[in-house]
Amino acid sequence: MSATAEAMAQAISPRAAAFSPIGDAVIDCQLQKVFYGDFLAVRNSHVPIEKGKITGFIGPSGCGKSTVLRSLNRMNDLIPSFRFEGHVKYHGQDVYGKTVDPVVVRRYIGMVFQQPNPFSMSIYDNVAFGLRLNRYKGDVEERVQKALERAALWKEVKDKLNKSGLSLSGGQQQRLCIARAIATEPDVLLMDEPCSALDPIATRQVEQLMLELKERYTVALVTHNMQQATRVADTTAFFGVDISQGGRTGYLVEMGETRQIFEDPQEELTKQYVSGEFS
Amino acid sequence: MSDIDLTSRPQALPRLSLERRPFELRALTSGLLTGLTWGIAILGSIPLFSVIIMLVTEGGARLDIEALTALPPAGFEMGGGFANAIVGTLVMVAIATVISVPIGLLAAIYLAILDPYSPLAGTARFVAKTLTGFPSILAGVFTYAVLVINFGYSAVAGGVALAVLMLPTVVLAAEESMKQVPQKMTDAAYGMGCTRAQVIWKVVLPTGLPGILTGVMLAVAGAAGESAPLLFTALFSNYFMSELMEPTASLSILIYNFSSMPFDNQIELAWAASLVLVLIVLVFNILARLIGQSKV
Repeated sequence: MSATAEAMAQAISPRAAAFSPIGDAVIDCQLQKVFYGDFLAVRNSHVPIEKGKITGFIGPSGCGKSTVLRSLNRMNDLIPSFRFEGHVKYHGQDVYGKTVDPVVVRRYIGMVFQQPNPFSMSIYDNVAFGLRLNRYKGDVEERVQKALERAALWKEVKDKLNKSGLSLSGGQQQRLCIARAIATEPDVLLMDEPCSALDPIATRQVEQLMLELKERYTVALVTHNMQQATRVADTTAFFGVDISQGGRTGYLVEMGETRQIFEDPQEELTKQYVSGEFS
Repeated sequence: MSDIDLTSRPQALPRLSLERRPFELRALTSGLLTGLTWGIAILGSIPLFSVIIMLVTEGGARLDIEALTALPPAGFEMGGGFANAIVGTLVMVAIATVISVPIGLLAAIYLAILDPYSPLAGTARFVAKTLTGFPSILAGVFTYAVLVINFGYSAVAGGVALAVLMLPTVVLAAEESMKQVPQKMTDAAYGMGCTRAQVIWKVVLPTGLPGILTGVMLAVAGAAGESAPLLFTALFSNYFMSELMEPTASLSILIYNFSSMPFDNQIELAWAASLVLVLIVLVFNILARLIGQSKV
């Protein structure tokens, strides 16, 4: 089926393969096929992540955007039935190379999850966690403060750093998780629907934060919210679901500058999606 | 749908009354059933409270400094106490804890995290569940066969027998509380670049710690009150223990021995020892509760 599927993918989305980033691609992600057991979850998706920009992944439920994101730092390795064909290159190095340690990959490519997930320890210890993990020799206290400031949380928590991270509100917890992720100064930050559990005010704060973060980090953002993509993403990748093979297989339909994807989509499917005809 | 008229009041309901009608049949039934549950609850707690009241009145009368510090009296002797039995019980429970907690924790890590669905894990879990309902005297017989025949009666043998009893409780409680650690937390740890060992050591164990300690404390409390496994392992002694490899006194065996003696003094001491044993178990239970509540 691979030959026909590939031919179909080419026919459906000529742009998908055609997009090449203007700047440097920090991660070059070429997923031919991603399987969970026998289930083909994602196929034919070439998603370069550009340095210093926010790359947004949009698409309907089950289109594999989270799968693609989680394959970038090998979080999918935790699912025993996961396997894939293709390659993910980070600064030219094969992330799935035989000699590569996934633990090290994740220290360079940090992650913020859909549900805020602070550890059951103090706010300070949450942020210092990664630093201690990496046996950071410098001034931990200073780095913790800086990370919290960058995550726009410092003012709210500076007097209660010893309180549990779980005592914070949902929006504060998510910003704490962002502070925890950036304290170790990762190169790339993967964000998997970071605002889906947050209220509009907290969402706004986190979005503001993302715009500030891209000054220092490269960000890949999965979002279910198209307005969020237009507000923060520089580049947008639109994924669709193909049900022609029996299962629900996600694939990249179109990728390009956010403005182009939303104002001048080249694919009919993209046009329908961004105009709200289906979701 | 359209024939429902919301503009006029339904005719079926007569004059609206919100007054309570206590002698209506369903009100009476409800009251009766509530009263029944109250009655049964009180009936059920009568034996529990009688035991405690008896312990406090009978045992409390004899509970003094001498009872807590002196050695057991011989036949017609007056006075005396059971200090050696308190020491023996505490030492043997400590030995049992030192043996069962590390083994139990490691086993629980395997069951909860490393390979929860393997045949080995399934078998181990099944055996542990079966052993929680294990007749405690068999732990004594087992230890007798393995240790006592070769090395004689000793505090170590008693501790091992208690450890055999504690192990399933510790394993199952620790496994349960490690499983309760939300997956999003372990995901976060992996996402930070933790190895599997670091995820377990830095996130799963600390997060599950209150539950683990509660399980350990309950197992300790249970072991402290056991007498059957000590019968053929630690035996008894009328003196303070001088080393771990000699027959050792314990509260539960002292109660068993003294309560069947024809002397009032010994019977009174058995009551006092029972009260002390219950207090020890109570302290462990309270500790378990306190530790279980304290979250960061």
